[in-house]
Amino acid sequence: MKLIIAIIQPYKLEEVKEELYKAEVNLITVSEVLGHGRQKGVTEVYRGAKETGNLLRKIRLEIAVNDNYVEPTIKAIVKGAKTGETGDGKIFVLDLKECVRIRTEEKGAMAIG
Amino acid sequence: MVNTGDTAWVLISSALVLLMTPGLAFFYGGMVRRKNMLSVLMQCFIVMCVLSLQWVLYGYSLSFAPMKGFWGGFAWLGLRGVGLEPYADYAGTIPHQAFMIFQAMFAIITPALIIGAFAERMKFSAFLIFTLLWATFVYDPVCHWVWGIGGWMRSLGALDFAGGTVVHINAGIAALVTALVIGRRKNLDHNAPAPHNLPFVVLGTGLLWFGWFGFNAGSALAANGLAVNAFVVTNTAAAAAGLSWAFIEWIHNGKPTIFGTVSGVVAGLVAITPAAGYVSVIPAIIIGLSVSVFCFLAVSFIKPKFGYDDSLDAFGVHCVGGIWGALATGLFASKAVNPAGADGLFFGNPKQFLIQLFAVLVTVVYAFVVTFVIYKLVDLFVGVRVTEKEEMMGLDLTQHRERAYTVLE
Repeated sequence: MKLIIAIIQPYKLEEVKEELYKAEVNLITVSEVLGHGRQKGVTEVYRGAKETGNLLRKIRLEIAVNDNYVEPTIKAIVKGAKTGETGDGKIFVLDLKECVRIRTEEKGAMAIG
Repeated sequence: MVNTGDTAWVLISSALVLLMTPGLAFFYGGMVRRKNMLSVLMQCFIVMCVLSLQWVLYGYSLSFAPMKGFWGGFAWLGLRGVGLEPYADYAGTIPHQAFMIFQAMFAIITPALIIGAFAERMKFSAFLIFTLLWATFVYDPVCHWVWGIGGWMRSLGALDFAGGTVVHINAGIAALVTALVIGRRKNLDHNAPAPHNLPFVVLGTGLLWFGWFGFNAGSALAANGLAVNAFVVTNTAAAAAGLSWAFIEWIHNGKPTIFGTVSGVVAGLVAITPAAGYVSVIPAIIIGLSVSVFCFLAVSFIKPKFGYDDSLDAFGVHCVGGIWGALATGLFASKAVNPAGADGLFFGNPKQFLIQLFAVLVTVVYAFVVTFVIYKLVDLFVGVRVTEKEEMMGLDLTQHRERAYTVLE
């Protein structure tokens, strides 16, 4: 089992979701986060004062999958989120020790799907 | 002779009608996704700026200068000759400029209503040009036909107390045209966007309801019995329509919603607008109860069936409600309420209904064609729609370099 964490551009969320559905990955958790990578981002202007270098809004996806779903999930995220410009984000793949479905108390691979 | 009571009421009414545009900004703003909140507020406020200037420079002259023809002409450019004495043909007891500034508020809110159709996807530059052209070539002529001295609908006897034809049908048709030609928002089919802040929609509706007393009761242009009649029927129709929409949802969807209730209130206010000075309270209840049926059908069945993306239902509420109001005026108008008006179908004068129908049809056709031409011209010169990436990022950041809400702090 793996836990896939992806940080993507907020405006790419719809496309990534589309690609994940196509890859039959339906169970995801989405949160809004702030982050700082190489990208400088859009400069915001408030009453003439420019603000740059702030933390940028990103979307964080968490997806727990069985091993055979790791590659399809990564491919789907890349396909949906990639523009080729800085700021597209990153994908982290972590080993997942355990997974419990609260409703049934099932564990492991059974609980993930 | 200037009457102090009348003048005070019309000035207060003008302020009330102005407040409707910020009200509309929150009504619409709450419905869009949060990445587009500021763009809607900005569009509404910039309309207040642009149309306020347009109106005193030439809009008032085109709309109200006395002349038989397409427009009122240029006699009152820059308010030349529009002074502080009454102009009896429009309002005999208030300064001419009081009438002018009251009308200015209508000229402001009408183009702002159209925003609901193309929200979340129009370039700001294109919006500015479109709005100015639309006000000049659609609002000003139609306003002249219906309310101006020498206007042909006015001479024909078409009744429009506070702007059902001029404001709501006009803007509602423009909304349909722009929604059709600008196209649907991206990713709509899999992911219908939810309103980002329903409390703002409710707040906006509250401001609209409040401001509408100036809109309708102020249209009596005097602090008199007619103003009171308009005030009472306006409140009654809004209440009936809000209740009606809630019950329709309850029956049809299982639960009444606040979003539906406030939509009904706005539909009721729209429908009573042309009738406010001509009908009594029982017809107002009928108009209010029934308008929610028509508007509910328009936004829940007709819109999905035909697939046009009238984002915030500017057509479904304002045009459908406006047409029902204009026709209902031809049914329920009574000289017992307003001797200067006319009797409607149910009071023995079927001809009035036909006059109302004719005025509606002409307005619909004119607004449809000219809005289409203006849209295409603006599209040709500056391009109307934002790029796909800008649409996904939101108009707040891409058009204004601001955002409405922070994540931390």
